[in-house]
Amino acid sequence: MSTVSTAHDFKRNAEKVIADGTVVKNLKAVRQNFIDKRVKAAQGLPEFEALRENAKEIKNHTLAHLDLYLERYEAKVKEAGGHVHFAVDAAEARKIALEICRKVGAKTVTKGKSMITEEVGLNEFLETNGITPVETDLGEYIIQLRGERPSHIIAPAVHLNKNQIESDFRRVHTHLDPNRDLTEKVSLLTEARGVLRERFLAADVGITGANFLIAETGTSIIVTNEGNGDLTQILPKVHIVMASIEKMVPTLEDVSQILRLLARSATGQEMSVYTTLSTGPKRMGDLDGPEEYHVILLDNGRSAMLGGEFQDMLRCIRCAACMNHCPVYHQIGGHAYGWIYPGPMGSVLSPSLIGVDEAGHLPNASTFCGRCESVCPMKIPLPKMMRHWREREYERHLNPALTRAGLGFWAFFAMRPKLYGLATRIGMKLMALASRGKGRFASLPFASGWTKHRDFAAPQGETFQARFKRERGTR
Amino acid sequence: MDTIRPSVGFAAVKLLEDAGCTVEVPAQTCCGQPAFNNGDRATAKALAMQMIEAFERYDAIVVPSGSCGGQIIKHYPELFADDPNLAPRANRLAAKTHELVSFLTDILGVQAVAAHYPGRVTYHDSCSGLRELGIQSQPRKLLQSVEGLELVEMPHSDVCCGFGGTFAVKYGDISNQIVTEKVTNVASVEPDTLLAGDMGCLLNMAGKLSRQGSSIKVRHVAEVLANMGDEPAIGEAEGGKP
Ligand code: SF4
Repeated sequence: MSTVSTAHDFKRNAEKVIADGTVVKNLKAVRQNFIDKRVKAAQGLPEFEALRENAKEIKNHTLAHLDLYLERYEAKVKEAGGHVHFAVDAAEARKIALEICRKVGAKTVTKGKSMITEEVGLNEFLETNGITPVETDLGEYIIQLRGERPSHIIAPAVHLNKNQIESDFRRVHTHLDPNRDLTEKVSLLTEARGVLRERFLAADVGITGANFLIAETGTSIIVTNEGNGDLTQILPKVHIVMASIEKMVPTLEDVSQILRLLARSATGQEMSVYTTLSTGPKRMGDLDGPEEYHVILLDNGRSAMLGGEFQDMLRCIRCAACMNHCPVYHQIGGHAYGWIYPGPMGSVLSPSLIGVDEAGHLPNASTFCGRCESVCPMKIPLPKMMRHWREREYERHLNPALTRAGLGFWAFFAMRPKLYGLATRIGMKLMALASRGKGRFASLPFASGWTKHRDFAAPQGETFQARFKRERGTR
Repeated sequence: MDTIRPSVGFAAVKLLEDAGCTVEVPAQTCCGQPAFNNGDRATAKALAMQMIEAFERYDAIVVPSGSCGGQIIKHYPELFADDPNLAPRANRLAAKTHELVSFLTDILGVQAVAAHYPGRVTYHDSCSGLRELGIQSQPRKLLQSVEGLELVEMPHSDVCCGFGGTFAVKYGDISNQIVTEKVTNVASVEPDTLLAGDMGCLLNMAGKLSRQGSSIKVRHVAEVLANMGDEPAIGEAEGGKP
């Protein structure tokens, strides 16, 4: 089992967030920034569209030969003096990580930002086993203090405002002067840096994720803006990379193409501030670096997606553009989705990884506005794949009975044009009469989800087809 | 359109006839999009088949809706992709199907319309029309030719209104948040009238505006272009006032 999910409660989760209002307000303050910056970055690069097409092809090719590239990658890591462990599921990944930590008697581990360690629930697991994990990315650090999960895949604390963070710092950093000035954003950053510096030096093991794994060289790459990833993987004696298998890319040249898309799509930067490569442990003559280097490669349901209708999702490079542009995400934030991956990419990926019975709401909670697909650097057809999930649910009768009945009723008439003509003629006449000349309804049975919040316009009376036939006398 | 607001159909007919087309309206029901988007592929296919049979004998099929147009143009070929007999028919139908306003401008080369509509108007880009069919400049261009009409751009006109078919009913609270933000953006430019090219979005936005007690009128873009802007607006009572 992976980290606990409340995705089945999506609707209630969302309603709570909406009723509270804070998250919506906090997101509103920052979300346009992501959008404007991405547009500017994309427009500033004439070959942006061509790069998207290339990147898609690179990943499609890699996924088609993933077994081969995984083997090559493993061989190269070993050549460089590192170890590769394959983990079928979350439990196995946690166990492997714990064993490595125990072998070196680790008490604290520092962590770079990693969604995969969130997916397997590594922090809780290490803690129950007496090892203290310390998140070193500022956003991750904040949510760790709060005992929360990331609400966004690249900006984990985006649902919070400055005041909330300030009060968390005052609550936890009790060794500091209670009268210190934390009004400026930068003072929060400086404080976190100070606290984390000591942790970096004390850590026995550093655990990072990977944005890419390069088969030809056995290299893993992380991109960060804070440089915390570098310290996490260089200072401790042991470096563990935990990454999922689809992070594979054949060559350094391939990665350099995809990297040009990643930061532009994510934050609108041309490149992230740090792009850090690591290949094996410290070599003779290296000034620093870990003595041991481990890679834990996680499957957790991904290989089952290969060759199926959800394979395209494995092209995802976790840039977050889809959620940054999602009108649904904007109104409910990431936690409402109930598991690790929010927004459109999560609505496709989560049902694959934790099952559609658990995460069935997610692919339904979309207006199919298509904005996600239009900005996805990897050209993943997100709405189409959400629709595929809806098809699976429909086949398995997982969608609500009322929706099914309503659709069935409608389809019965839609399949019978004559009957449809008659029924709509009568129905619209009746509805027009029922509206009593007011032009709209303030409530309608069967559509209370609609009329709770808005009126429903009354029909004009006669249907178009009936009137056209009457006036023109044809067909 | 057929049921709630037939005047849109008549507006479309008028625009097409003014541009020199002969218009016929064969008996029809629905393009199947609700079934398709709710995962009922079998019904979606059956309805698509019904549409193909009713319409394939015409030179052009014109739809006053970006989302129905998108369904036929983009998704019919997808529905029948692995059926060697039906794929060519679906593809042929898709190739000659057009959304109304883009048909007028891009295919028939209409540059201006003979219409009069006094007032300040803002236009919402419906998602399917915009992102599936690339409809953005065409309606604006024709609206600019309407006498007396002042076109103002609202902020984020390209962001979804929160309708999404059954989404608006199944996830009513989320949908409400989205449409509330949408009509706030609409109201911020103080228009007399809000226009769009899709009945779903129009019903959603009109329903929210009237619930808020707004006096902004909501109409389908075709009605204004066809000089039929004096029909009661969507959700408005006969005789004008809500
Ligand atoms: S689905 Fe596309 S847009 Fe979303 S995170 Fe993945 S790569 Fe980025």
